Amino acid sequence: MKSGKFWAWVVFGLGAAYFFIPLIGTLEFSLRMRRGVYSLDAYRVVLGDDRFQATFSYSVVVAIFTILLGVLIVVPTAYWIRLRMPHLRPTVEFITLLPLVIPAIVIVFGYIRMYGSDSPLPFLASARGTDALLVIGYATLALPYMYRAVDTGLRTIDVATLTEAAQILGAGWTTIITRIILPNVLIAVLSGAFLTFAIVIGEFTIASLLNRPAFGPYLQNVGANRAYEPSALAIIAFAITWGCMSLIQVLSRFAPKSANRPN
Amino acid sequence: MTNLKDGSRRMTDFTLSNPAAAGKTAPPAKAGRRLPTQWLGVAPFFLFTLMFLILPTLYLVLGAFQNDAGKFTLENIVALSQPTIVAAYWISIKISLTSALIGAFAGLAIAVAIVRGGLPRWIRSATLTFSGVASNFAGVPLAFAFLATLGRLGLVTVILNTVFGINIYAHGFNILSFWGLTLTYVYFQIPLMVVIITPAIDGLKQEWGEAAATLGATQAQYWRMVVIPVIWPSFLGTVVLLFANAFGAIATAYALTGSSLNIVPILLYAQIRGDVLHNPHLGYAIAFGMIFITGLANVLYIWFRTRSERWLK
Repeated sequence: MKSGKFWAWVVFGLGAAYFFIPLIGTLEFSLRMRRGVYSLDAYRVVLGDDRFQATFSYSVVVAIFTILLGVLIVVPTAYWIRLRMPHLRPTVEFITLLPLVIPAIVIVFGYIRMYGSDSPLPFLASARGTDALLVIGYATLALPYMYRAVDTGLRTIDVATLTEAAQILGAGWTTIITRIILPNVLIAVLSGAFLTFAIVIGEFTIASLLNRPAFGPYLQNVGANRAYEPSALAIIAFAITWGCMSLIQVLSRFAPKSANRPN
Repeated sequence: MTNLKDGSRRMTDFTLSNPAAAGKTAPPAKAGRRLPTQWLGVAPFFLFTLMFLILPTLYLVLGAFQNDAGKFTLENIVALSQPTIVAAYWISIKISLTSALIGAFAGLAIAVAIVRGGLPRWIRSATLTFSGVASNFAGVPLAFAFLATLGRLGLVTVILNTVFGINIYAHGFNILSFWGLTLTYVYFQIPLMVVIITPAIDGLKQEWGEAAATLGATQAQYWRMVVIPVIWPSFLGTVVLLFANAFGAIATAYALTGSSLNIVPILLYAQIRGDVLHNPHLGYAIAFGMIFITGLANVLYIWFRTRSERWLK
């Protein structure tokens, strides 16, 4: 067992090296902008860049709409499947996994062909419509994660009893979902939301092919033209991802652990 | 949400336990004919996925089998056999498979080390948290990180050159190459493997080890005859998932190599942007080929998964 522990440390050490060296390398590179000394110049340039601010806030807004759309679609569906139509669960789960099978580039290619300006549903005819299509595309990408998060949350509450109790007290369906179910799975929904945010914020393929001024295409553009700024951006992006994941971790501590009703 | 309200009409038929609610929300609607109103509860989901996931994909798949006049043809599929396209598929498959295999073995080793290696507990939770972050740290920023590390002026390149006197670029290494891209993909493949396979390693019951030891098995025999057969299906399943994960990725490769490395997603990207192949239907065929390959990979994944769940329940 002694040698087992030794090898475990070796494996862990090698893994840690592989994962931390690029981060250190990036950090070091991002500080090298001023010749001879380490400085935060690259960050100053990046954060002061109008296009950074514009694209970043655009992507934040898109991410927020994506989360709202995702919640709107997933929460009622997952709830209804649990309450009334459990026989549909395999079908719905299969569909929610499709975005992992169909590459994003294929999905957006389909959008471009189906919703062009001379189609019956010309999303791409206007900038607003394209924004909407971008949000829709992101909601589709995030569907597997959002659905899983919400469904896991629903598993820990007794959906049927809560619904019956609410109905006895005279609640309608809108009230039940917004005031009973949603607050009970809020932590799960937030986990899904932060994961969605992490996925959407730097997404490149869909935003670029729909020609939207999002953060991902901006990153790519800076990467093609600048030396030190990309490293600073990579560190910022890593910090955002880290932030989202830490929030999910923190939230999961508040989530109820045991399933009241295993099904 | 009004559609859900309609859905409740149907509820009387299904729920025996809430007559009060049923009495309240089930007015005697149009006697005789009952619409399957409970479907309205899931209608938005099915409508959304149909319009924005299934139909767009189907559109491309059908387009792959049509010519300009809309007639059925296999010409586009046959046209995939031109050398540039075959080369693109081949290098994509090679990169995806190599990065999936390296990621899978390294991820498995790390998962075994943190679960079974007797390391302090905080290492396990720290590794899992970090894996959650790193598996989502893909795309353009990842490419930047590797350029800053292993690019011509990257930290590791420079240190290897100045301290150890090894110029990796003189030895034929290039971040903008097959191995460069593979090494970069591994950065999100290993954490994904760790996240997926750790529960499987956790599922190995203590009793199995004890039972094997009681029957006189050595540690090596225990691994060869108990652990590996049990882990095998989830391992293979995850390899397939990692493969599909890398196969569809474009942002990292595009940011890293521009269009100098001709992988399928980059070829398709160029085709969508500017019809570089001068045949829109060939674009559909390339998309179809991608779905076909990732779809096939996922069928394998599901098959392995169902086999592995037998043991882990």
